[in-house]
Amino acid sequence: MGQIVLDQVTKSFGDMTVIPPLDLTIEDGEFTVFVGPSGCGKSTLLRLIAGLEDVTSGSILIDGKESADIPPAKRGLAMVFQSYALYPHMTVRKNIAFPLRMANMSREEQDRRVQKAAEVLNLTDYLDRRPGQLSGGQRQRVAIGRAIVREPAAFLFDEPLSNLDAALRVGMRLEISELHNRLETTMIYVTHDQVEAMTMADRIVVLRAGHIEQVGTPLELYRNPRNLFVAGFIGSPKMNLLEGAMARKHNAHTIGIRPEHITVSTEEGEWSGVVGVSEHLGSDTFFHVHDTGLADSVTVRADGELDIRHGDRIYMTPRHERMHKFDEKGHRIA
Amino acid sequence: MARTVTAQRKAINTGVAWVIGLLIFFPILWTLLTSFKTEAQAIADPPVWFFFDWTLENYRVVQERSNYTRFLWNSIYIAGGSTILGMLVAIPAAWSMAFVPSNQTRNILLWMLSTKMLPAVGVLYPIYLIFIQLGLLDSRFGLTIVIMLINLPIMVWMLYTYFKEIPTEILEAARMDGAGLREEILFVLTPMAIPGIASTILLNVILAWNEAFWTLNLTAARAAPLTAFIASYSSPEGLFYAKLSAASTMAIAPILILGWFSQKQLVRGLTFGAVK
Repeated sequence: MGQIVLDQVTKSFGDMTVIPPLDLTIEDGEFTVFVGPSGCGKSTLLRLIAGLEDVTSGSILIDGKESADIPPAKRGLAMVFQSYALYPHMTVRKNIAFPLRMANMSREEQDRRVQKAAEVLNLTDYLDRRPGQLSGGQRQRVAIGRAIVREPAAFLFDEPLSNLDAALRVGMRLEISELHNRLETTMIYVTHDQVEAMTMADRIVVLRAGHIEQVGTPLELYRNPRNLFVAGFIGSPKMNLLEGAMARKHNAHTIGIRPEHITVSTEEGEWSGVVGVSEHLGSDTFFHVHDTGLADSVTVRADGELDIRHGDRIYMTPRHERMHKFDEKGHRIA
Repeated sequence: MARTVTAQRKAINTGVAWVIGLLIFFPILWTLLTSFKTEAQAIADPPVWFFFDWTLENYRVVQERSNYTRFLWNSIYIAGGSTILGMLVAIPAAWSMAFVPSNQTRNILLWMLSTKMLPAVGVLYPIYLIFIQLGLLDSRFGLTIVIMLINLPIMVWMLYTYFKEIPTEILEAARMDGAGLREEILFVLTPMAIPGIASTILLNVILAWNEAFWTLNLTAARAAPLTAFIASYSSPEGLFYAKLSAASTMAIAPILILGWFSQKQLVRGLTFGAVK
């Protein structure tokens, strides 16, 4: 069981407030992702939950139990660090068994659990190696193994994939998602990568400067971003944000339209412009279109095999029902 | 482009390195050779090198005249004792400075280092008076404390640099894994810091063993270690170079052997952090 409730939690370092009063409830079994640009306080928030930092004020309830004054060792949470933070002087087996040893578990039970974790994570052949003899992906698996053996109330992940190369990252993303499906334990995952957030989360918490900008499922955030910040942060490539005459025509200060919600044609359309850079991904192509009279550059998605070159004039038609409207303060207009 | 080193250049470098090495080693070699000569051969002009009547006479005389074992035991007591005491103070101090620094930590470290720049003789008078007051003159215990204190800044600094190299995340991981402060220090920090702790111990033993200023000034007969033993063969005995050499050889042999076997560890300790 692992429901985590943050109630009016604040954190300051000296005079600097990193987290202004913040409320958040993470339901048991939920995969929650904290996402935001660097310095938004997402890692600090995770470390407050972990107990590695003390809250300045407010309370943290883990399974209904006030935990703000409980040391990290006693909170029953497991954490996976960005640097893996394995114990270099211990073998993989001892690394994974360490939390069990700290819990004074019997040797047989330790062995049984380590064996089981190793099987789940494909580490059985590496149990007697030292972390230094493993690849990055294997080290991350050991770190995850060390987290799962003691069956914690919740898992905390602090940017666990950012030290891995791109291919491995996609693989580990799937593995962590599968692990969550199997264990059904609460997981809190911190990342600055919105793709990780979108693909893994049950619920995303978008943070900026210690404030929660929006909480919702990936699709809620994608469909109904509450403000310009979330609109610009979620989605890849970024949403086109247009101001000026075009926005006023729709009775808004800013309108947003995602590249995938614009139809591209070589013959006719509502808007037109000249193709600058095109990014060919195979299945899709993203065109960065200039001279539209709307903004410096408008990004559109088109079929990957469309034969349009640099300097060609193209026509674009936005899908009006997928258009987002924002007022002067950047808030969504219903 | 990788730098190419020609065979000729390599040979010259090797030659120069050997010459420098021998120059540094020469005094020790000469002491060793002299210790096997007769007094006449020791001051012979031109000096005799290897072809003389090798004799153990000097060692026998030295052994007869003074109780080597007692000096040796005092040296071991003082070097070992000051190291153990020093580590007991230095490990927690360095630990707290490295892992829970305050905004004064840097200043404290620099202040500690500054005490090493003070000429020792500057505090001889007050320390001597304190020793008289406390009845510590010519006691091994007093000497152990003084030597521990003079080497403490170096110990704390060395350990601090080592501890600094240990990533905080690993200690945090231990905390998350359920380790209390005791377990964290015992099972995670110490094993990772052992190479650093070992070099610090080693260096401190050597420094304490070779310390001559305080040992000569604060001891007389009872607590005198090997440095005093050598000194007793220099001035009052006049020109007995061979015997002085024998005494020196006996005094430096234990530490020389220790240093020889642990040189790898020692070099690593002294250059730690410079090369990763």
